[in-house]
Amino acid sequence: MTGNLPSTSENAIELRGLVKRYGTVTAVDGLDLAMRRGECFGLLGPNGAGKTTTVEILEGLNDPTAGEVTVLGRHWATDEAWLRGRLGISLQETHLQERLSVIESLRLFRSFYDHGQDVEALVKLVSLEDKRDTWYSKLSGGQKQRLAVACALVGDPELLFLDEPTTGLDPQSRRQLWDIVLGLRAEGRSVLLTTHYMDEAERLCDRVGVVDKGKLIALGTPKELIATLGGEQVIEFVTDRPLDEAPLAALPGVRAARHVADGWALTVNEVHVSIPALLQHLGRLGAPLHRLSTHHATLEDVFVSLTGRQLRE
Amino acid sequence: MSRPSSPNFSPLWQLTLARWRSFYREPSTIFWAFVFPIVLAFALGVAFRNRPPEPVWAAVLQGEGAPAVFGALERSGQVKVQVYDERGAHEALRTGKVALVVVPATATGPRTYQFDPTRPDSRLARAVVDDILQRAEGRVDPTKVADFKVDAPGSRYIDFLVPGLLGLNLMSSGMWGIGFVLVEMRTRKLIKRLLATPMKKRDFLFAFGAMRGLFLLGELPLLIGFTWLVFHVAVKGSLLLLLGCATLGSLTFAGLGLLTASRAQNTQTANGLINLVQMPMFLCSGVFFSSERFPEVLQPVIKALPLTALNDALRGIMIDGAGLAQVARPMAIVAAWGVGAFLIALKLFRWR
Repeated sequence: MTGNLPSTSENAIELRGLVKRYGTVTAVDGLDLAMRRGECFGLLGPNGAGKTTTVEILEGLNDPTAGEVTVLGRHWATDEAWLRGRLGISLQETHLQERLSVIESLRLFRSFYDHGQDVEALVKLVSLEDKRDTWYSKLSGGQKQRLAVACALVGDPELLFLDEPTTGLDPQSRRQLWDIVLGLRAEGRSVLLTTHYMDEAERLCDRVGVVDKGKLIALGTPKELIATLGGEQVIEFVTDRPLDEAPLAALPGVRAARHVADGWALTVNEVHVSIPALLQHLGRLGAPLHRLSTHHATLEDVFVSLTGRQLRE
Repeated sequence: MSRPSSPNFSPLWQLTLARWRSFYREPSTIFWAFVFPIVLAFALGVAFRNRPPEPVWAAVLQGEGAPAVFGALERSGQVKVQVYDERGAHEALRTGKVALVVVPATATGPRTYQFDPTRPDSRLARAVVDDILQRAEGRVDPTKVADFKVDAPGSRYIDFLVPGLLGLNLMSSGMWGIGFVLVEMRTRKLIKRLLATPMKKRDFLFAFGAMRGLFLLGELPLLIGFTWLVFHVAVKGSLLLLLGCATLGSLTFAGLGLLTASRAQNTQTANGLINLVQMPMFLCSGVFFSSERFPEVLQPVIKALPLTALNDALRGIMIDGAGLAQVARPMAIVAAWGVGAFLIALKLFRWR
């Protein structure tokens, strides 16, 4: 499909001790990371965690304060032209030219690459056939974002960066974008994706790196990360009585108990064992139950257990 | 590295096409770039069109010599004349109905002209009336003179104005079309997005230059053609030289636009900077009236401004039919600004 000679390095991305400071503010605080070729890797973290800064350094659009950055086995300082032709980039916010149509924008971006994909096929890939000749300014948020992804794909990249591709989109548009990314993943493309939606990372990524305050605090497949919680289910409840953590954690089937925003979260293996025990415990204390819910453990719970904070605040 | 040979995928062509489409698909740019200068030329051309000379208004005081004076002035055809009594004459002079009161000579005194010397029309009336009367009374002029009336195309206000408007338009379209557009692209992170591709910065900038050229090919025939049809404003010199000079001016202001846009992070700043650069030239560079009217001490500065030099060159070519040798100096000034601005802009330009 491409006339490019693939680079030989095994990892698509290697970061060692990456630091980025803006004056006194440290955006990235000693990040180590390796992303393999052919995997869809998610950088998950709240706003301001340093995801975009990290990605822009990888994209050669920002300079690190310290640390070693290797992309496709090469360095920005020496191989910029080589790298530019092999990366596909979708920035966190891009506004393309307002008065260019979908196909005109794609032809423009296609012209910058020596080798690349057929622009008409890309229109189809991102399901914008109906909007082929519509001006960018008249597209919806989701359509604009799909066009941004198509522009990132136009050079048939070895490595694709998608920075918060679904932020601000409605659920249906998010799902359409997910389908596109899942398709790319199935093709075996190397994709680095940032997001602050845990469901997105869980759905799309082979491996996830959780970033907080400029540091990598967890790394693994979504399954592995959730498994670190010790259970697969989470019971959340709210009561107005102060409770001790230890007796809750000692209830049958409960792996961990922690105080969250306005109540408690228990990580459990078997809900049907733990709930009756919990109700009994609360009854003995005379604590009234205001709310009770259960859900499958998610990356959100991983983040909360690691930082004590919610992912989206 | 070889590019695919299809011109459809030449980055320079695609970038130029993108600039061109963004330009013509925005109705307000079309208005400001093409329609507005023509409206301005039309309005000013009509407002300042040449009228037949105003007649001189004079009163003759009733009395013994009045009929002779009245008759001589009326026969001349240059004076609107009426006979008044003393009160009426002074009233007419005071209210400006007449510019001059002629008191015919009497036995006791010479012919007297009553007028307000601070009124230019009164001074003119005195000179005209005295001249007519003296000749009617037999004066012989010692030197024969001939009058040559000048109202032919080439020396009217509109002839002066059109090259100035052309220069003004090249300046503002260059500054806004490059400076403002670039800052807007930077604000929208479009420059950053383009930089994330293998696009060559050179192609990106050349596309803006090419767009200036396309713009000029529309603007020049439109303004020149319109004023030629409506006001018979002609180009005395070489059209090719005019095109070359306009192209040079266009590129120079493109360079200045690039320089203005090189650091600005938002469109308000760009707006202010562009106005700051344009305002002195708008006023001093001889667009609407000659730059020579400014005080002597300012002349070296005014002459060195790029728009002054461009206007001088355009006027030289259009009005005086100047050749390359005569306009080489102002064109060199324009070119120096262009090259300087471009080189500094490339050093300063914020790409990310």
